[in-house]
Amino acid sequence: MKKFLPWIIIGILVVGSYSWTKGFNNTAVKLDEAVKEGWGNVQTSYQRRNDLIGNLVNTVKSAANFEKSTLEAVINARAKATSITIDPSKVTTEQLAQYNQVQGGLSGALKSLLVTVERYPELKANQNFLKLQDELTSTENTIQTARTRFNESVRPYNNHVRQFPGNILAGILNFDEKPYFDAESGADKPVEVEEMNFNN
Amino acid sequence: MQKIKLTLLFILLSFGFNLSVFGQFDVPKKPKFQTSVYDYVNLLHSLQKDNLERKLIKYSDTTATQIVVAIINTTNGENIGLLAPRWAHEWGVGQEKEDNGVFILLAKKDRKIWISPGYGVEHKLTAGITGELIRNIIIPEFKKGNYYSGLDKGSDAIFKVLNGEYQVSRKSKENDFPAGLFLIFIIIFIIIIISLSKGKRGGGKGGNRGKRTNGTSILDAIILSNMGRSSSSGWGSSSGRGWSSGGGFGGGFGGGGFSGGGAGGSW
Repeated sequence: MKKFLPWIIIGILVVGSYSWTKGFNNTAVKLDEAVKEGWGNVQTSYQRRNDLIGNLVNTVKSAANFEKSTLEAVINARAKATSITIDPSKVTTEQLAQYNQVQGGLSGALKSLLVTVERYPELKANQNFLKLQDELTSTENTIQTARTRFNESVRPYNNHVRQFPGNILAGILNFDEKPYFDAESGADKPVEVEEMNFNN
Repeated sequence: MQKIKLTLLFILLSFGFNLSVFGQFDVPKKPKFQTSVYDYVNLLHSLQKDNLERKLIKYSDTTATQIVVAIINTTNGENIGLLAPRWAHEWGVGQEKEDNGVFILLAKKDRKIWISPGYGVEHKLTAGITGELIRNIIIPEFKKGNYYSGLDKGSDAIFKVLNGEYQVSRKSKENDFPAGLFLIFIIIFIIIIISLSKGKRGGGKGGNRGKRTNGTSILDAIILSNMGRSSSSGWGSSSGRGWSSGGGFGGGFGGGGFSGGGAGGSW
């Protein structure tokens, strides 16, 4: 009996650590997938906004002597925003912050464009423009929702890989902590695109 | 208890207590009794509420698409365009796999309305179309103070959009399903149904379902249900979605998801 005792202990340890690792790994993979899905939604909604901005620019251009500078600011910000893509599997805090910044820049340019539009009554009476405005508002809200849900999916993942003793395994298995989305610059205020006056 | 709390909250708010400027609206807990109209501020008369509720439930019964109307006083400063989908997502309006919910949020004191489609219907109920029907159909009624009529006509318009009948104001290039072909399909379908149902009337449908469909013919319902979606969950299964205890969605909210999109307006 004495002879077998060490073997039994080793056996228990092997089986125990195997099932622990397996459980940790599979949960991490599941949570990681949720984060990826969340990121996918974030990117889709930003992409949708980029597409819409193309239409918006064309519609606004057609309005007589629309301010060139505002329009160009949007076009430039859009070009900048589309130039950055992120690989969701190894996103770093800096990358995400940069992404956030360029998209925030585009949000700002877009906002001032929509404020400028207020001075062009022919645009505000244009059905196509109104629809486009609705689509943009909707997309901004989708973006906000997608970002919130992305952050919500990161939290359980980070908890899982950072808490002891799981963090030991996370280091071995390469499950890195994932960054959160900070608030977009100026995103604390809702985009006032929906504020349309129906009285005129 | 939840109801009392809510009423208290609304009383507080209507007295002008600005609880929090950047605060978020507390979405009410998912109700036990899941139906189509939640009028927290008694904006509609009970008869109007009943009519609207019955109409939306009937629509859900034929197409499986759940349209829910919630009426509150104010969003507490939260962007209604974010609150509506958040609320709908929390309650899980619509079926989980289909994501076929539509959530209409009306904030009386803010004078704002928002319509959020679930993932599964947002390709039809796009923000542009939704915004247009809010502008052209709902808001004019609301301006007259006629909330019921606005919601009633608005929901009719939503039915039309979902059924692919809504005419977009100027150009209607896309979604033009050939009407002739559609008619032929319907006729063939009716013939099949008639020939099938001759033998076993009332067999497959849970006995109590018949009661509510009194006014309209069964054929109407069949046609309607066929327009909306071809999901097989419509008729045969009386278990989940059967009528029970005075209305409500038969199967309840199924956990439908919302992307956050939608359109709205103010009056």
